[in-house]
Amino acid sequence: MITLGHYLVVSGMLFSLGLAGVIARRNIIIVYMCLEMMLSAANLALVGFSRFHLVNGLPDYTAQSLVFFTITVAAAEVAVGLAIIVALFRSKQSVDVESVTKLQG
Amino acid sequence: MHASIILLLPFFSALVILLGHRQLKGASVLISVGSSIISFIACLFFLAAEDDNKLLLPFLDVGGHFHAGIDVLIDKQSRGMMFIVSFIGMLVHIFSLGYMKDDDAKPRFFGSLSLFMFSMTGIVLAGNLIMMFIFWELVGLSSYLLIGHWYQKASAAEACKKAFLTNRIGDFGFMIGILLLFGANHGSVNLDDLATAFKSGPLAPGAPGYSAGFTTAAALCIFLGAVGKSAQFPLHVWLPDAMEGPTPVSALIHAATMVAAGVYMLVRVSFLIEASPLAAEIIAGIGCFTALLAALMATQQNDIKRVLAYSTLSQLGYMVMAVGAVAMAAQHGHEAHGPNPGHPAMFHLYTHAFFKAMLFLGSGAVIYACHHEQDIWKMGGLRKHMPVTFWTFLIGTLALMGLPWVTSGFYSKEGILGAAYDSGCSILFHSATLTALLTSFYMMRLVIVAFFGKPRTESAHHATEVPVIMLLPLVLLAVFSIFSAWDGFATPLQAYKPAHEPPHTTVLAASILAFLFGTIGAIYLYRGKDKDPISIKLFANKFYFDEIYAVIVRICQDRLAWIVTALERIFVDGLIARLPTAIVARLGAATRLLQGGHLQGYTFLLGGGVIAVIYLVVFVLPRMGH
Amino acid sequence: MPPLLFYLFALITLGFGFLVVTGRNPVTCALALAASFVGLAALFLSLDAYFIGVIQILVYAGAVMVLFLFIIMLLDIKTEEGKKINVPAIVSGVLLAVLLTLQIIAVVGSTELANKTSQNTPLALAEAAGKIGKAALPTITNDLKTGTLPDAKLIGFTLFDQYGFHLQVIGLLLLVGTIGVVVLSKRERSAP
Repeated sequence: MITLGHYLVVSGMLFSLGLAGVIARRNIIIVYMCLEMMLSAANLALVGFSRFHLVNGLPDYTAQSLVFFTITVAAAEVAVGLAIIVALFRSKQSVDVESVTKLQG
Repeated sequence: MHASIILLLPFFSALVILLGHRQLKGASVLISVGSSIISFIACLFFLAAEDDNKLLLPFLDVGGHFHAGIDVLIDKQSRGMMFIVSFIGMLVHIFSLGYMKDDDAKPRFFGSLSLFMFSMTGIVLAGNLIMMFIFWELVGLSSYLLIGHWYQKASAAEACKKAFLTNRIGDFGFMIGILLLFGANHGSVNLDDLATAFKSGPLAPGAPGYSAGFTTAAALCIFLGAVGKSAQFPLHVWLPDAMEGPTPVSALIHAATMVAAGVYMLVRVSFLIEASPLAAEIIAGIGCFTALLAALMATQQNDIKRVLAYSTLSQLGYMVMAVGAVAMAAQHGHEAHGPNPGHPAMFHLYTHAFFKAMLFLGSGAVIYACHHEQDIWKMGGLRKHMPVTFWTFLIGTLALMGLPWVTSGFYSKEGILGAAYDSGCSILFHSATLTALLTSFYMMRLVIVAFFGKPRTESAHHATEVPVIMLLPLVLLAVFSIFSAWDGFATPLQAYKPAHEPPHTTVLAASILAFLFGTIGAIYLYRGKDKDPISIKLFANKFYFDEIYAVIVRICQDRLAWIVTALERIFVDGLIARLPTAIVARLGAATRLLQGGHLQGYTFLLGGGVIAVIYLVVFVLPRMGH
Repeated sequence: MPPLLFYLFALITLGFGFLVVTGRNPVTCALALAASFVGLAALFLSLDAYFIGVIQILVYAGAVMVLFLFIIMLLDIKTEEGKKINVPAIVSGVLLAVLLTLQIIAVVGSTELANKTSQNTPLALAEAAGKIGKAALPTITNDLKTGTLPDAKLIGFTLFDQYGFHLQVIGLLLLVGTIGVVVLSKRERSAP
């Protein structure tokens, strides 16, 4: 039987994949994609909890509202982030994260 | 009342000029000269003041035991000295009006001059040693400022530094001496108190805790101050170099007043010197040695001001010797002569102040007329071009040489020779006589070479008489050079008059013979010569003192500096500064690695942190009972 | 949902996710991400979250992916060929991922909550219609009575009923984001 645990493990694995990608990849666009994956993994966990936490016999829609907000924010973030990437590419001619070390201490 | 005017007038003058010379411009000169004239008039009244010792301004009072303040000690010495200082000071101010006419930094010059007048007045009036020390340092400062007046000249800048540093050595000794007396006399350094203490107080022989060695040490430390300020051997090297300053300054500070302050101070503490036979002998010896040494050096100098500078050294040595000799004579039980005994050193100080200031101002006039030419071999024949200067200069020279029965120098020098004779030490007397002979010799040489014969250069040929404002002080001082030893002048100063009594006929004869031999020798050697007929390198190079000092300083100071530097490198730099710096730097470098600016690194740390937090919260804390 | 379908979609989600992380070509990665999100959307549907599933596809697989692809094409980013592989980064990334996964599995395995299934926690639509009765709109109660889950209506009701202010803030955020993008993308004229 598929339990909440299954969903949570899938969610965790997806999150871990995203984290590994963020750490390992150097292409900043792919790093961004991995970030989106991590956000979605969190969404999956939220929706899973929502389904199995019944309120009046219905799923907990507060959690789904949160997912809605997360998706919205993520969309805005992607738009701004990609604009930043474009600006960065303009000045550095590169999308390699190694080329962006200006904040080095 | 008069005393505070005399003291404060130059102070305010200096203050106003140094603070506001940008606004005042030419007026600062008038303020300075005006204040010096008013001071002189006040000093005339001061001559009639009664003996007194009163406190003007108490500024240090520790627990009722220790007082130091600005106080005024009025006695025959301060009255006489005050007259000399203000009179010559006034004349030098007036002379400077002409001499410094074209100088750009006139306000600074006159401001410093006023500062000097203030400081010198302070020394003269000081009733306690601490006040004297304060003003002692102040004259050092103003002397520094004035020697370095033309600081653009490297030699002047070097000279003022040298004068200051050399004086520091002496001043340090002076300070130690004051502190010794301060400790021994239970916190009082008032001159009157000290005199009492030496007579019947804690410092008198036989008092509990009395030690002859201590008295000698205190006397010698105090004497060290005079060695520095009065340029005695071995600290004499600064005075000839101090001639880099403007000539009026040389006349006032480095001939008449400041360098005499050492002698004045020694006379002030003569009770201390009389209490220690050894110190008295050392003082007389050093004075005598300086006098002879400087006279020998003076015979081979070619710079007109340097000849006079060495002559000053020599005469100061004379005075210091007189202080020592009088103390020695007092220890032998000789009583001073006359109804109102003065001190022969003070008497010579007075007369010397007049004729030496006159000679310096005269040389200043010559230098001014010859377009700042100072080499006497490039002058010659000035007698015809500058008659007034010549005659006044000749009078000053004769006074310094001691022309018998006419000039003041004859009397005062005889007084010193008499003191040396009375001291019971024949070496003192013989070298003093030899010095007198040499004095006549080199001064006659100077006059013959500079004023007689033919002009040797263009500038000497075109020399003309200097303006009246510069001649006036010369003439006045020339008059004093002759008459200052006569009763009419000497009595108000309460100066010492030598007695021509039987044992002193030897002295009289020695004095006259020294004058005659010196003069004749110089005339014989230098008449009509265009070049120095004798050349003694040792004298011309001042016995190589500067070079010897340079070597000593190099060896001692460099070694010391090396050791000190090594200590500092190890302890201060190493343990205190470098080590913590290194630790912090290493820590910083280590943490900097975390701040590599690499996005991946940050993410890794973030993920690691998350994992650590989860591990703690989920797996560790529940087991610990939370 | 049959377990088989769950495993299929989980495999799609994680497999394409793996491809995103390992792919050399950015375009491949972007397309793999879209596929991964489609699988994820299916998982949402299996959790009775139809609305979320749909906007997951619309927003992520649609808008965001298009944006990614557009940027990749615009910047003409080449594959990472020839670039040396950053071994420490990869090792540490894998290490962290494995550790995190293990931790999550351990946490999930240690809690009773994880044993809930759609069988032991079924939706009770008819009862819900009675319970929320007056508070909800008639259209929702009607739907519930007929035995269908009015998912979108319920989310809308929750949002506007309880989170109206937050919705406004999110709207403002989107506006600011839009302006920010415009500002960022504008070329500076004054620049030489």
